[in-house]
Amino acid sequence: MNLKSTRDSYGETLVELGEINKDLFVMDADLSMSTKTCFFAEKYPEKFFNAGVAEQNMIGIASGLSKTNKTVVVSTLAVFTPGRSYDQIRNTLVHSNCDVKIVVTHAGLSVGKDGSSHQSFEDIALARVIPNLNVIVPCDAIETKAALTTAINTFGPFYIRLGRPEVPIINKKDYKFKLGKGLILREGNDVTMIGCGIMVFEMLEAAKVLEKGNISAEVINMPSIKPIDKDLIRECAKKTGLVFTCEEHSIIGGLGSAVLEVLEEEKNIIIRRIGIKDTFGESGLPKELFEKYGLSADKIVESIKRYVHK
Amino acid sequence: MLNTYNNNQNCIINTYKKKLITLKKQANIARQKIIKVTTEVESGHLAGSLSCIDILVVLYFMVLKHNPKKPDWEKRDRFILSKGHAAPALYTVLAMSGYFKEEELYTLRKINSRLQGHPDSKKLPGIEISTGSLGQGLSAAVGMALGYKYDNNNGQVYCLVGDGECDEGQIWEAAMFASSKNLENITVIVDRNKYQIDGRTEEVLKLEPFASKWNSFGWKTKEIDGHNLEEILESLQDSRGRRVAIIANTVKGKGVSFLENNNKYHSKSCCREDCEEAINELCKRLELIE
Repeated sequence: MNLKSTRDSYGETLVELGEINKDLFVMDADLSMSTKTCFFAEKYPEKFFNAGVAEQNMIGIASGLSKTNKTVVVSTLAVFTPGRSYDQIRNTLVHSNCDVKIVVTHAGLSVGKDGSSHQSFEDIALARVIPNLNVIVPCDAIETKAALTTAINTFGPFYIRLGRPEVPIINKKDYKFKLGKGLILREGNDVTMIGCGIMVFEMLEAAKVLEKGNISAEVINMPSIKPIDKDLIRECAKKTGLVFTCEEHSIIGGLGSAVLEVLEEEKNIIIRRIGIKDTFGESGLPKELFEKYGLSADKIVESIKRYVHK
Repeated sequence: MLNTYNNNQNCIINTYKKKLITLKKQANIARQKIIKVTTEVESGHLAGSLSCIDILVVLYFMVLKHNPKKPDWEKRDRFILSKGHAAPALYTVLAMSGYFKEEELYTLRKINSRLQGHPDSKKLPGIEISTGSLGQGLSAAVGMALGYKYDNNNGQVYCLVGDGECDEGQIWEAAMFASSKNLENITVIVDRNKYQIDGRTEEVLKLEPFASKWNSFGWKTKEIDGHNLEEILESLQDSRGRRVAIIANTVKGKGVSFLENNNKYHSKSCCREDCEEAINELCKRLELIE
């Protein structure tokens, strides 16, 4: 199994896109080594601007810079943006429809040892509620490259959420990202799992275990949180009648909430959200934390087995 | 030869004087429009619009390289109203410059209007970026200056900030960034009217020593009388091609005796009787301009 972090893929893709797109500029808030924008900075120093530890100003500068016919990508950790610079994202960047892509790394529980101050469980909710902001959560290195390329080639604001650790590569090289589209990775009839980011791999592992118990689980990768693939969600939910959403984020306001919103008028469908249950995190190894907070494949299996009896 | 030179000089001086008189009249008329419009629509930040209108009149009618018929002209100078609540002042100079018809001013803050309570760049041509949440416009202005520098575009970026707005840390982040990147194409004008919503700036959150703060953040700093059109013009023109903070000492509600330094009018308009009185006073002052 090939492993690669989404942030490494991000850093490399930025360099490739910089070669093609001469109007591409990148900013960071003193975390370029962590977010991997350092690759771009090294290759195109004249097109990289470090804002220092000043996320609010970074959003404003990027917005203004974009208004001189440039595409600007800004990066920091998910816990600092959108949170630290929320008003700037809402009132300057998105309100003015700036061609700025916010790409954050180190999202969620998988940050691990840095602990709760650095584990962002709220950022999808914050980003999703801003009108006209596209929200993307890629699951692996290949999807990261595809989604970033789409974002940069699509005018307007995007929020892309990446992780810290290395994660298995799930998608094939010819993978095509489509804004607003989900993908069925595995067909199934008893339960539908819909997830994003690092949880896609956990869902696939869970499906394998469930299969051994004769439970046929459908796995859907939903990288595009906004716009979301309403048709696919409705179709699959009607088929299995049981939907589990899986995300490395609070169960309040994230993918799970987005799916609930899509299914609010559907009858006879059971929906359960797997995610962080309205609490802060803590230090530890990602694997240990995923077990403790109920995000690991075996915990997903446990949760589903409570609803499917075979 | 000497006579020709002197004649030419006199001619230039006379033209300049005439221009200043025209500007003074325009500033007076702009004040009248702001008061009439905000009274008519019963809303809008009156006092802070009147404190900065002289600066905007000089900028739009004498300093900015811009084309109201082509708002996106690439070589234009840029203006960002960071204190977005002074929108009535900005809309007035935009209308007087020809960005849109003056009748439209009376749609201010009304439903379906392009003239939102605070400037909306998606709706109205001539608005470079949306503002209204204080402290944010300067960062965007600095970003534009950065883009111009990269493009070798000679345009200057002008940004008007309120003094109360300088409570925001982001103003100082932006100030630090501009000097850190050696930008020499940005002018900040601070509308130093010494009031914010809750009272006097020095009582709410002390700004002084204010000029030396800007100076220590790497900006050439100049203090001027923000109602002396000659001083405004000179300082704005001098700032081109440099990084300058102009502290414009102004009076909130300037131009109408009962509005001056009356913080009651921070975020409201005059009633009809007061409006009439204010217009009468301004008309009398207009007659005296020569």
